[in-house]
Amino acid sequence: MAEYAHPEFLVETEWVAQHLDDPSVRIVESNEDALLYDTGHIPGAVRVDWFTTLQHPVRRDFLTKEEFEALCSSLGISNDTTVVFYGDKSNWFAVYAFWLFEYYGHEKRKVMNGGRARWIAENRPLTTEVPSYPPTTYRAKEPDASIRAFRDDVMRHIQERLPLVDVRSPKEYTGELLHMPGYPQEGAQRGGHIPGAVNIPWAQAVNEDGRFKSPEELRQLYQSRGVTPDKEIIAYCRIGERSSHTWFVLKYLLGYPKVRNYDGSWTEWGNLVGAPIEKGEGSQV
Amino acid sequence: MNVNLPPRLAEIVSDFAECEGREKLELLLDYARRFPPLPAEFNADSDAEDVPECMTPVRMSAKLTNGRLTFAFDVPAESPTVRGYAMIIMEGLNETTPEEILAIPAEFYLQMGLQDVLTAQRLNGMAAILAHVKRRAAEALEKTD
Repeated sequence: MAEYAHPEFLVETEWVAQHLDDPSVRIVESNEDALLYDTGHIPGAVRVDWFTTLQHPVRRDFLTKEEFEALCSSLGISNDTTVVFYGDKSNWFAVYAFWLFEYYGHEKRKVMNGGRARWIAENRPLTTEVPSYPPTTYRAKEPDASIRAFRDDVMRHIQERLPLVDVRSPKEYTGELLHMPGYPQEGAQRGGHIPGAVNIPWAQAVNEDGRFKSPEELRQLYQSRGVTPDKEIIAYCRIGERSSHTWFVLKYLLGYPKVRNYDGSWTEWGNLVGAPIEKGEGSQV
Repeated sequence: MNVNLPPRLAEIVSDFAECEGREKLELLLDYARRFPPLPAEFNADSDAEDVPECMTPVRMSAKLTNGRLTFAFDVPAESPTVRGYAMIIMEGLNETTPEEILAIPAEFYLQMGLQDVLTAQRLNGMAAILAHVKRRAAEALEKTD
């Protein structure tokens, strides 16, 4: 079986189990459910929360560089720590954290394949004990703008007819729903998708057990829809977390050189005055 | 304040309102931890229904005895937030009348202040559960009329 393009960014649960006491490794849990970590987590793992830890407290953005440095220090993460991310819902929020750590230049990053569900399915140990580590003096790098798209980048992308991947559910894509089923307060004024975007829901990249599909399956999934490595790609969803999952698959598992996550996503685009929108099935490549 | 809430639910709401920050989450976690195992009759209960608006697969059943409703829920362990919501509803609305349930303001839970520590999306489970509970109360009222 062919390997993923950058297998060093992915680890299996067994690797994590063997590094629980490794001081050069910090395990970070990042979940959709805000209480899940408290019910039990991998021994030694610290928690980040999408809303209360990673987002800016006031404006719509994530942490500033200084705030990110303070976060890493408080979690006992040094610049040379290997950070392993895992979480619920097939690692969807874990990969968002991975993306943010890359943005601020943290080098040694890994995602635990299969996430929390697989760790539990394998009857591996959990604890409710919250660890604490001595603070570090963390120095973040200047933001890596090449992995983040803003709305003007998206506008140019449309004009140049470059591929956009909409990773939301089919009904959000067509405009039938203004929000993800069950998430009515995170909607937008308008429904539909960015013109030219193809709809490849993020979860199609994972198997039932939460692990990523094989390189062949993934290649087939994206390339058959015109999302090919020779082009610059932008992925988006509703608030930029599901699309960070697809961003990871394209960049690290398939080795696409230029992939960006549009974290403004539909909650920005669908509210933006004058922004072009396509409804219905849209463009099929 | 809280005049439209059944007494036990009003108590729960004010307990949450009095907590600060992370204490609110600790309290919600207490409710999640007390979430009971599925009642034996649940699986056989043809009234059990899915709550489709929830991201988490939630099933609910309602029982009407002497004009009062009780609810039971099935929520997976990996969704403690939703378990917490379901437990609040189960406890807060235990043996209430359909009229009491229908009088609950749709956004009663905002008084608990969980929006300060949870994103809006994570509160929607509560809204969805309340909407279903209200629908069952309306049906119960029709039957008794």
